[in-house]
Amino acid sequence: MLKLTDVEKTFHANTANEVRPLRGITLDIGEGAFVIVLGGNGSGKSTLLNALAGSFEIDSGRIELDGQDLGDWSEHRRAAWIGRVFQNPFSGTASGMSILDNFSLAAKRGKLRGLAWAQSRKLRQELQGRVRELDMGLETRLDSPIGLLSGGQRQALTLLMATWLKPKLLLLDEHTAALDPKSADQVLALTERVIADAKLTTLMVTHSMQQAVQYGDRIVMMHGGRVLHDFGYEQKQQLQVDDLLACFHNARQDEWLD
Amino acid sequence: MTLLIGALTLGIILSLLALGVYISYRIFDIADITVDGSLTFGAAVTGVLLVNYGVHPFYATLAGFVAGLIAGTVTGILQTTFRINPLLSGILVMSGLYSVNLHVMGRSNIPFLGVATLSSYCEQLGASWFGAATTNLGGWTVSSADTTMLMLMFALVSGIALVLWAFFRTDLGTAMRATGDNPQMVKALGGNVALYRLFGLALANGLVALAGSLWAQYQNFADVQMGIGMIVWGLASVIIGEALTGAAGVGLAIVGAIIGSVLFRELVAIALSFGLNPNDLKLITAVFVFAALVLPDLARKLTVRANRKRTKNARPRPC
Repeated sequence: MLKLTDVEKTFHANTANEVRPLRGITLDIGEGAFVIVLGGNGSGKSTLLNALAGSFEIDSGRIELDGQDLGDWSEHRRAAWIGRVFQNPFSGTASGMSILDNFSLAAKRGKLRGLAWAQSRKLRQELQGRVRELDMGLETRLDSPIGLLSGGQRQALTLLMATWLKPKLLLLDEHTAALDPKSADQVLALTERVIADAKLTTLMVTHSMQQAVQYGDRIVMMHGGRVLHDFGYEQKQQLQVDDLLACFHNARQDEWLD
Repeated sequence: MTLLIGALTLGIILSLLALGVYISYRIFDIADITVDGSLTFGAAVTGVLLVNYGVHPFYATLAGFVAGLIAGTVTGILQTTFRINPLLSGILVMSGLYSVNLHVMGRSNIPFLGVATLSSYCEQLGASWFGAATTNLGGWTVSSADTTMLMLMFALVSGIALVLWAFFRTDLGTAMRATGDNPQMVKALGGNVALYRLFGLALANGLVALAGSLWAQYQNFADVQMGIGMIVWGLASVIIGEALTGAAGVGLAIVGAIIGSVLFRELVAIALSFGLNPNDLKLITAVFVFAALVLPDLARKLTVRANRKRTKNARPRPC
């Protein structure tokens, strides 16, 4: 489904600020896989997601989704196939616009936007049903600005927006990192449900080992722009937080010896 | 009364300027100074077509609108394709347009004498509607040409406002509103942010140029200086409008911009009739916009400070 071959990216090349967040990433991810991308700060995990989404062009390598080379696709063209939720709850929604307005945009993700009315009774009813399932009391507030909601509520809505039209690939970039523990749990539970219901192929970036152990069916561990370990379903069942900590510890020691 | 009707008509014509500034400044969050050039550009193109080529006022006005679309598109291309700072893009195009306008007009001022314009058209129309050069409006004797012009402009601006309101409720219009709010999100939802910005700036400057074209025909001349400082007038109208109707929805904001423009022109007319030096007008407008931008924030800070002082001496509660 998603194939990355030797993907490389260097920022500020040939300057004192040169960073190489992606140093040859090769991954093969099957349809319906729920992959956790685990890594510390600067490991390249967020850069990897942005490379997939097309926020910048990669220097070399190849990104293939559903048999298509995405190399020449602009960010907004890729959005037709890729749903995204960002770390910052403010990034995924237009705060000055109503919940309904925001979803009317999501309902057209990747489609041509013309002069048809953005809102419709059908959309409102459908949205009311979906929002009621969240159990956040938002179903009566569809016309109020989304900026008045809490971070947790906004992330939950962003997740619904990203998956309103089924994406071929869902990218979650530390989408609970900015939330309080309770909201984070709520959003994660919703994430798991949405992914399972629609059988979405998902990449979820996190730096929480606890989350990595608890969710998903594969762990890709990144360090220094490379894939350090790749634990499949069977291995993942045995994994505990301590094991993951040990892996990172060893990686850092190897770096020292280099 | 003639003075107030004049100010009312001018206020309605310039509400198109306010709507243009509303689109660029409020929806896209860009202080687009292209406005100063595109207003004159619209007037210049219309003027030359009317005076030198004897084009029908309707088509000359339409050409003025198109001229604004082009000016806005150029600014948009500078911003999106060439990634030049939005403010600088506007300054570049405005500055360039000054020469363009002089070339288009061939001189710095074109009087519309003895040619068919919207005003002369309204004179004929008014005479045939009211059967006389003057008419009675609620006990006041007013020129029927002025009344016709006022009615025509009101109808035109109402129509444009309605179309704009409807447009911003469509898929495309909603995506454009979201672009000013959160471009990152629009990209993630598959929207072409650069294209929306370009389109918005074109539309905004088209409306501004249309205002320039109508204004020139109303005052019967086009002048290369007429656009200077107009962005500030537009901002003043938008700010007055927001104070009156709030900025909750696009519909209210559009109505607010129109009312703000009319009110602003009436205030200016009254102030001038009480002996305000016309040379001070732009300075006073600039100070007004400055105050409107700064005062709400300042007032909030002062209240917060006052509250803090009040609670300072109270015994802190443990929980």
